[in-house]
Amino acid sequence: METEKILEKFRPARREDLIRILQHIQESEGYLSEDAIVQTGRYLGLSTTKIFGLATFYDEFRFFPAGKIHIRICNGTSCYLNGSSGIISKIREITGIEPGQTTRDGLLSYELVSCMGGCSNGPLITVNGEYMTHIRQEQLPDLVSRLKYLTGND
Amino acid sequence: MEDLKSFLKSKVLLHESDTLHPDVEKELQLVRREKISSPVINISSGTSSIIAGSQKTYKALLSYIDDHDPDTLAVNTGCYGPAGYEPMICIQLPGKNRLFFRNITEEKIEPLLNGVFHNDIPDEDLVGQSGSKGFGLWPGIPFIEEHPWFAGQKRTVLGNCGCYDPESIEEYIARGGYRAYVKTIRNYTFEEVCDIVDRSGLRGRSGGGYPTGLKWKHALNTASNTRYLICNARESDPGAFTDRTILEGDPHKLVEGIAIASYAIGASNAFVFMRRGSDHAGARLQKAIDQARDYGLLGHNIFSGGFNLDITIRKEPGAFVCGEETALIASLEGRRGMPQTKPPYPTSYGLFGKPTVINNVETLMNVPLIMQNGPEWFRSTGTETSPGTKIFALAGKGRMSGVVEVEMGTSLKTIVEDIADGIRDGREFKAVQLGGASGYFIKEQDLDIPVDFDAMKEKGIGMGAGGFVIIDESTCMVDLVRYYMEFIRNESCGKCIPCREGTGRMLEILDNVIRKPVSEDAGTTLERFKGVMQLETIASVMKDTSLCGLGQTAPNPFLSALTHFREEFEEHIFERVCRANVCRGLRTFIIDVDKCTGCTACAAKCPVNAIYGTRLQPFFIVEEKCIGCGICFDVCKFSAIMIK
Repeated sequence: METEKILEKFRPARREDLIRILQHIQESEGYLSEDAIVQTGRYLGLSTTKIFGLATFYDEFRFFPAGKIHIRICNGTSCYLNGSSGIISKIREITGIEPGQTTRDGLLSYELVSCMGGCSNGPLITVNGEYMTHIRQEQLPDLVSRLKYLTGND
Repeated sequence: MEDLKSFLKSKVLLHESDTLHPDVEKELQLVRREKISSPVINISSGTSSIIAGSQKTYKALLSYIDDHDPDTLAVNTGCYGPAGYEPMICIQLPGKNRLFFRNITEEKIEPLLNGVFHNDIPDEDLVGQSGSKGFGLWPGIPFIEEHPWFAGQKRTVLGNCGCYDPESIEEYIARGGYRAYVKTIRNYTFEEVCDIVDRSGLRGRSGGGYPTGLKWKHALNTASNTRYLICNARESDPGAFTDRTILEGDPHKLVEGIAIASYAIGASNAFVFMRRGSDHAGARLQKAIDQARDYGLLGHNIFSGGFNLDITIRKEPGAFVCGEETALIASLEGRRGMPQTKPPYPTSYGLFGKPTVINNVETLMNVPLIMQNGPEWFRSTGTETSPGTKIFALAGKGRMSGVVEVEMGTSLKTIVEDIADGIRDGREFKAVQLGGASGYFIKEQDLDIPVDFDAMKEKGIGMGAGGFVIIDESTCMVDLVRYYMEFIRNESCGKCIPCREGTGRMLEILDNVIRKPVSEDAGTTLERFKGVMQLETIASVMKDTSLCGLGQTAPNPFLSALTHFREEFEEHIFERVCRANVCRGLRTFIIDVDKCTGCTACAAKCPVNAIYGTRLQPFFIVEEKCIGCGICFDVCKFSAIMIK
């Protein structure tokens, strides 16, 4: 198991490495599975609820795999002034999910991030790490269906 | 490469006096690429350039070089600052001044380089030229220093950003880097370094303006066998990107600053607390740390002086409140990032219970400059009580945006009118917002305030960490305040009641103000008015009783908007209109009978079927049914739909 290999790196077991362990697990597996959390808890001698309590506190951790298409929407001030709230509600409307969730078919997920630093090119989104600038609401339905097509699931 | 390394170490870093031997200086000119025999092209490659497409430009550049001029060297540098000019490139021909061009997308590379290499400079994307004496002038081309964006600035901390390859320690050393650090650990004691920084008058750039030297002395004077230094590169405000630009443009100077600060407080472990999502900056910083370690500048027994130092990067797991010192420490200790009561301050009881100094990126960037040039030099810039410079991230509706560095004492007006070049699209200026989600609005009348910790405090505003948002008339203040409140509500850690409940209540009331009334009967109206009357009380209670800075400053945007834009709040509450037409709930749409052709496009798209009419006859909107979504406004091809 991957988790064991990661835990192996953090020897001796120390409470203060908890966040880093979780970050490593998420980096290699894409999310924190229940198994991984239980294993981490056993390793550090912490109850699972404690670890859940910590992981849910931070925005970074997710408990379901991200979609094949992962969209990040900049919600910084500059993008907001340029209309990012419309983009967010449009994506919510198209996908039917909230930020941080994944659609049932495992295809789409999105999250909001604060300021990506492209303030003169807002509203700004990234699709699987690729930046897209000056996004307009009308573009989104086409964009999403094109992305779905490209991933082989129309 | 090994030769260069030992040369730089023995002849430059370990050289006793401040002036170098002329032969060494000549050698360094080559490393700095000041003397070149074939063209050098710098292309900015920070995040904002990458967003604008600089990687594609870089690829086009490489293929052009392959095809036409294999001797030309292409170098990735940091950003110069003007985000709207990205991707920016700088072309240097042997013996000539550097030429700067803006918005060079991939297809522009070939015509541009063909032109420049044949002495035919295209005017269109030209920004200006720059160089020192001894280089050939380009006739008829303005100097970049005279460009309004650069003329109002004083770039000392950002001096290297954009000028060198941030992934090359050799170039940084050739530009005078790490000499301050080596000088410090060889010549000064811990106390002396603290004293020099104290005398320089450097104040923390994260907003509070606490004297840095004093903070260091506190930590140094607390008895302990271990101390820690934390560099806070968290930079979490929505709309701030100064730290990231610094990390991408000049990571070595930050490493040097951290190293000197660690030495000053006797810390042998330093942490950089990085923001989630700035992987590019993190990678560059990690490379800089590795290179410094390779040069023996970090590690065990540095330059046989008995000083050990290791710098570790930690990625924060995503919580705004972790910008607060005690919450940051909790997060580094692997716990939930919740603030603690102060005192004890981190300088006496911090990370793992040891004395800890937390400084932000910009503060630490000033340290090598102070150690190199002396405290008097630092005091000669800026104002009496706030020496030095301040970096802002200009964003919003200004014509120009990006990262700027101004001398302390510069008025906000200069920044708005000269550097940002006024408001774009011919709109009217409305306000400046300083300090992000817990910051302040500043109206046009108050724009004469200088950038100075004390002068701003007198006026009841804070400088913030570097967010500088320019707002124009198309922005609704109530809506913007609501946006900030929503952000803080989401980020409140939930430990103390005033902040947890107060932010939620305030958001609810503001939501009520901008929502379309279901019916104007007594109940909803009364509730709205009652809420509005409580807003100010809630705000003052939060300010007084919240545990940490997040809660205490959360009402700031609301309070300052209410002071300066009270009439806008009143319009929303009493007349139910939004003058900027931003608040969806308060918009009413009507159809211009003369313009409507009866194409049915709007009626087909209306989600609540509020539009009626007969085909090819003018349609009309039933106001009671309309939810103000604005879809009809967007789909109408004849601009027949108007906002009332």
